[in-house]
Amino acid sequence: MSPSSQQELAQLFRRFLAPESVIDAPTSLAAYECDGLSAYRQTPLLVVLVETIEQVQQIVRLCNERGVPIVSRGAGTSLSGGALPHEDGIVLSLAKMNRILTLDALSRTAVVEPGVRNLAVSEAANPLGLYYAPDPSSQIACTIGGNVAENAGGVHCLKYGLTLHNVLGVKLVMATGELLSIDQQSMQSQGFDLLALVIGSEGMLGVVVEVTLKLLPIPECARVVMGVFDKVEKAGDSVAGIIAEGIIPAGAEMMDNLAIRAAEDFVHAGYPVEAEAIIICELDGTEEEVESQISRVETVMKGAGATETRIARDEAERLLFWSGRKAAFPAVGRLSPDYYCIDGTIPRKALGTVLAEIRRLSEQYELPIANVFHAGDGNLHPLILYDANNPGELEKTEQLGSKILLLCIEQGGTITGEHGVGVEKLGEMCIQFSDQERNQFHAIRQAFDPNCIFNPGKAIPTLARCAEHNAMHVHDGKLPFPEIERF
Amino acid sequence: MRQSIPQNDLETELGASVAQAVANGTALKIIGGDSKSFYGNPVEAQALEVGMHTGVIDYDPAELVITLRAGCKLNQVEALLAENNQMLGFEPLHLGDKATIGGVLASGLAGPRRAYAGGVREYILGVKMLSGRGEILNFGGRVIKNVAGFDVSRLMAGALGTLGVILEASLRVIPRFETELSLGFEHSSAAAHIQWINQLGSKPLPLSASIWYQGRSTIRLSGSQQGVDSAAAKLGGTPETDIWEQLREQRHDYFTNNKKLFRLSVPQTCEDLFPGESQLIEWGGAQRWLSGDPDLDQLRQKLASNEGTVCAYRGVDPGAQVFHPLNKSMLALHRSLKSSFDPAGIFNPGRLYLGL
Repeated sequence: MSPSSQQELAQLFRRFLAPESVIDAPTSLAAYECDGLSAYRQTPLLVVLVETIEQVQQIVRLCNERGVPIVSRGAGTSLSGGALPHEDGIVLSLAKMNRILTLDALSRTAVVEPGVRNLAVSEAANPLGLYYAPDPSSQIACTIGGNVAENAGGVHCLKYGLTLHNVLGVKLVMATGELLSIDQQSMQSQGFDLLALVIGSEGMLGVVVEVTLKLLPIPECARVVMGVFDKVEKAGDSVAGIIAEGIIPAGAEMMDNLAIRAAEDFVHAGYPVEAEAIIICELDGTEEEVESQISRVETVMKGAGATETRIARDEAERLLFWSGRKAAFPAVGRLSPDYYCIDGTIPRKALGTVLAEIRRLSEQYELPIANVFHAGDGNLHPLILYDANNPGELEKTEQLGSKILLLCIEQGGTITGEHGVGVEKLGEMCIQFSDQERNQFHAIRQAFDPNCIFNPGKAIPTLARCAEHNAMHVHDGKLPFPEIERF
Repeated sequence: MRQSIPQNDLETELGASVAQAVANGTALKIIGGDSKSFYGNPVEAQALEVGMHTGVIDYDPAELVITLRAGCKLNQVEALLAENNQMLGFEPLHLGDKATIGGVLASGLAGPRRAYAGGVREYILGVKMLSGRGEILNFGGRVIKNVAGFDVSRLMAGALGTLGVILEASLRVIPRFETELSLGFEHSSAAAHIQWINQLGSKPLPLSASIWYQGRSTIRLSGSQQGVDSAAAKLGGTPETDIWEQLREQRHDYFTNNKKLFRLSVPQTCEDLFPGESQLIEWGGAQRWLSGDPDLDQLRQKLASNEGTVCAYRGVDPGAQVFHPLNKSMLALHRSLKSSFDPAGIFNPGRLYLGL
């Protein structure tokens, strides 16, 4: 299909959208040219700001008829380029659909529009003694629609699950413009479990326009113990030991020395800057059970070789312990003009091997790496420090990042734990999945979106792209990122 | 215990059988332990036996993940996990000694813990499967957090084998609870139970199951000794015997006394739609069993207007559809999805829906 002209489309949309909701001025479009992965930029044809489901349906119908790509966007905090615009397509901004429609104490559910911010749900539910469990570190800004698209995680996943485990239903605008309701409030899926398929589909199956969230009772008590270690392996062992005790911590986060120093310098959380690693372990439940578990966790940490353990004395200190971890990314960001966040997952037992190899790669590429690790669930975030102003350094960083992801695959893990594939990890998708598996993904996508208008070029690479990627990969180990294709 | 699950890799043989069926357009009925064949519409097709494809591939308790072949017997897997003080979190239905892991996943049948700990799909991390193109495909993985590619492995839960043959699965496991306690409370009406159990749900209590039957609510608390004790002190009630395995296995009086059973699935807080009738209510109100001989179409209309669905679970009139009908566009999407996995339509045709 030939690309639709910008003005023709703008005119069509202005028939049912306010003039200011259709953005076509180059200076305004620039604000949408990237998301949280700012190394990739693309100006879209248009940006449309919607406020109702009917508007979304009309836009999708028009775009589907014309083969115009649609990139849905919430707050644009994706770290994998999930909301990177398409040059011949529109950006569908759902940020103005930001109302919490219902909040029901008895059923412990919230029905929200996709543009509602993650943290706003817990804030609204707080007076009812409830909260929404997934807490990605961008939760102040990121939206529920984006969380659904990426199956967002956070620091409490081991105990409380991912977005998948905390969403009970969605309304999805299909490529035809039809509104599909997928409801699992009854805990029984009708037919196939389409909700599982939609969550984490990176905006490629439709536009999520309403989400029903499960809310949980706020635990009576939450306490944090920090373990200090002179070796990262010992820190990893302590988490295995806690789990072997039959305790599932609400959170178990590890930071390595560079991350500790950066965070301490930034928020002054009282972290031990000489330590090779710290584990921040949160336990929640009733007062009595947390009291008993915390002393067991302390014993396990000491048994694993902790040089010191600290229990947060009060709520203020608990939040202080967390503040360093939650600010780890921006803290590391202060050490260097740019940083690149990697998102692999590994079996926890491979931590020592993987961190040793990351250290080796860091030296080989002469780029420092700080590591933060969701130690409970094996999700590793190496943060590579670089300077995009140095010619070739971004490319070098991407090669290094790719090496780390391949290492995760080799160790039985995966290339993305919670940030999604987006445009960033298309090359690695060629390695993690076979041609047949990727074909199956494409076939699923076709079943929902025969004209491939939703977020084309993301998440699932084409066979041709992979053939090219793998050939080049074999030749010189470089990962190319050519122009994103339409398919 | 791990040794008592034989290592018997039949992947090549199963692949060859499927490839031949694809080539000849032969429909296949996938059978694990044949413990759940009553569930769904009858399938007339050539048997594909998966029950001998057994063996634990990887299990390191500290990782909270087990990877195993689909033919592994559920009771043996549960025994292995118990030895390591772990369990499957969704309390799967056995319905016989021969139940296999593959059948548990395909049926998606979770037990009393469902409302509080999640269902089958919540614990699936990855699958290896045979598609209707005779290809061996891997989706998901062996780690807890993984968002690479569409979440195909969880789509297998409850698909009743209509999308492919599950060969292997990686499942998340959880530690066994230190202690469990059952408590009983009088609630003469279902409506009173529904209100009460949902109010409890919004409190930080270690609830792990609930049932209402014949004017009595029973709940189960699971957790640490301290957590369960303090919850019990707050709640009151009278100690009850452990009825949960009996309930899960449908050996409870209600299931043995009634030949015809309908499973109603509704949002937990849905009002009581059948006051005075013989019902058993689980899952904090979300799963309600109804016996008797209602008109199925009328029953479905009534449930549909209350955001619910009806499964004609047992004793279905011949020719009646077991599962609640899908609307036109949903059915079309299901057919497209089915043919994306199984273009020739050879796997368990019609078991879930006609034409699927």
